Amino acid sequence: MAPHLHTSDFKNPVVRWIDERLGVFTMLKKEYGIFPMPKNANYLWSFGGIALTMLMIMIVTGIVLAMSYNPHVDGAFNSVERIARDVNYGWLLRYVHMNGASFFFIAVYIHICRGMFFGSYHRPRELLWIVGVMIFLLMMATAFMGYSLPWSQMSGWGVTVITSLFSAFPLIGDGLVTWLWGGFSVDNPTLNRFFALHFLMPFVILGVVFIHVWALHLTGSNNPTGIEPKTEKDTLPFHPYFTSKDSLALVVFMTLFMAVVFFAPLALTHADHFKPFDALVTPSHIVPEWYFLPFYAILRAFTVDIAIPFTGIVLLPAKLQGVLAMFGAIILWLFLPWLDGSKVKSALYRPLHRLCLIGLLISFIALGYAGAKPAEGLPVVIGQIATFYYFLHFLVLLPVLSRRETPKALPESISAAVAKKA
Amino acid sequence: MDSSHSPSHPPYDREKSRRDFLVLTAAAMGAVAAGSAVWPLVDQMNPAADTLALATTEVDVGTLQDGQTLTAIWRGKPVFIHRRSPADLAAIRGEEWQSLRDPQSDEARVQKGHDAFLVLIGVCTHLGCIPMGSKVGQPKGDYNGFFCPCHGSHYDASGRIRKGPAPKNMDVPPYSFLSETLIRIG
Repeated sequence: MAPHLHTSDFKNPVVRWIDERLGVFTMLKKEYGIFPMPKNANYLWSFGGIALTMLMIMIVTGIVLAMSYNPHVDGAFNSVERIARDVNYGWLLRYVHMNGASFFFIAVYIHICRGMFFGSYHRPRELLWIVGVMIFLLMMATAFMGYSLPWSQMSGWGVTVITSLFSAFPLIGDGLVTWLWGGFSVDNPTLNRFFALHFLMPFVILGVVFIHVWALHLTGSNNPTGIEPKTEKDTLPFHPYFTSKDSLALVVFMTLFMAVVFFAPLALTHADHFKPFDALVTPSHIVPEWYFLPFYAILRAFTVDIAIPFTGIVLLPAKLQGVLAMFGAIILWLFLPWLDGSKVKSALYRPLHRLCLIGLLISFIALGYAGAKPAEGLPVVIGQIATFYYFLHFLVLLPVLSRRETPKALPESISAAVAKKA
Repeated sequence: MDSSHSPSHPPYDREKSRRDFLVLTAAAMGAVAAGSAVWPLVDQMNPAADTLALATTEVDVGTLQDGQTLTAIWRGKPVFIHRRSPADLAAIRGEEWQSLRDPQSDEARVQKGHDAFLVLIGVCTHLGCIPMGSKVGQPKGDYNGFFCPCHGSHYDASGRIRKGPAPKNMDVPPYSFLSETLIRIG
């Protein structure tokens, strides 16, 4: 063995034998034992680990659900009912998987909000952030396809509406939709391919999460002050300080999750999810799952075609505007490291920026409200105002303010900030 | 030029341009090969032969009364066959259509001699929901035609978009009258 490549300092002969040949214990010790965490990281820093736990729960329950699921239009709905009624513990597996998606998104939304508030996307964590946005996009695709599998009214019509988004693109749109469907309407070929992809994508997500964690362990965690650790006094080893902290956060999160699974398993779903899909009757009010509502509201916020006056030539139909805005709303996140030109990461030291961020959160929640309501009257106006603010924030307020606002004085170091607070 | 180079080899520059050519040709062939290999994987998602085979359907409209709508299924989609009353037909023909979002006259959307029958693919051109108004008691929207509940598109009694987010009029499928009362769609 070449000692200059890898030596093991483990004493236990079995551990040492393995470690000299695989290096896995040295790696674990480095990345999860002595790994230096900024010592002021608060509980918001636990949600990455919580999200990963949720991904594992989704993969495990998903694989066992697939053992009783029938991906055919004639059997899908009944097989899901059979899982809930007849399969041993099927009710539990189904409700954990169903509500698990919601709690996965809760964890990830908190994780994203933390990143935006404390500027975790700033140099040197740009790629870490971008990979994270990609995970979010993959999650959205996976969750959307999973929603189709019970083949209920909500499933079939949700799939119809969302796949029809692609028909907005000029020239290729209709062909693209037919290609996605594998036919001229949402039918068995669509269900089959969505099942195949819904099974595959979590493993793709797991791979991208690996890259996300890899990048994290190169750049290290951000922290509430947004200043990088300078000396050993600014950090604490991951174990036992953050293993214990993250464990407590996880236990609390799982308690809330299980409370919903056991006592209100259907609180986040809709009655139309319990009717078999009928291709000839659209439910009077179809909505996506709650975690898509803000983006759904952005889609619906555009109601006027952009045309050349007096010619009737439409440059950008309302439908295409909505589709572009909806995708753009997330694509913008990829550019956050450059839209935000501030030298200071954390919003704690940028009072005006902080105010704008609170406005963004309010607009996002307002969009969620508007997305849940029928597309008539006041909710449409609320959705339009919130959409306006959303884009104003990312395209005007953030780029301008981050370059103009004078931040408050930063503390000397993380340990100085902690000492001052204590 | 390297002094150790044997004189039997061509000069370096010529060698390099030949190498460039070989690399480019190989890369181009590689790209073609990769594209050919990927295409079956992409195209398998397009409609299969049995899906394409469900291309026509015949509908008897003999029993359809004025103002009634019949729903047929063609290629997995509903087709609305709406028989308009003479009064409704006169009203829709009297309207100015040049300024509509998707300008089209009612005459252009029906077949000559069968003007009362409006044949439409019953799918909203916004995001594919089935508009209401084909059954008794369903809302017909602000223009006495069809109303899509998903995102609030209003269509008139000719299936033309009048209000809401949909960009186009509801599609008219290819169809022909085999007799006075028999329609073949597709």
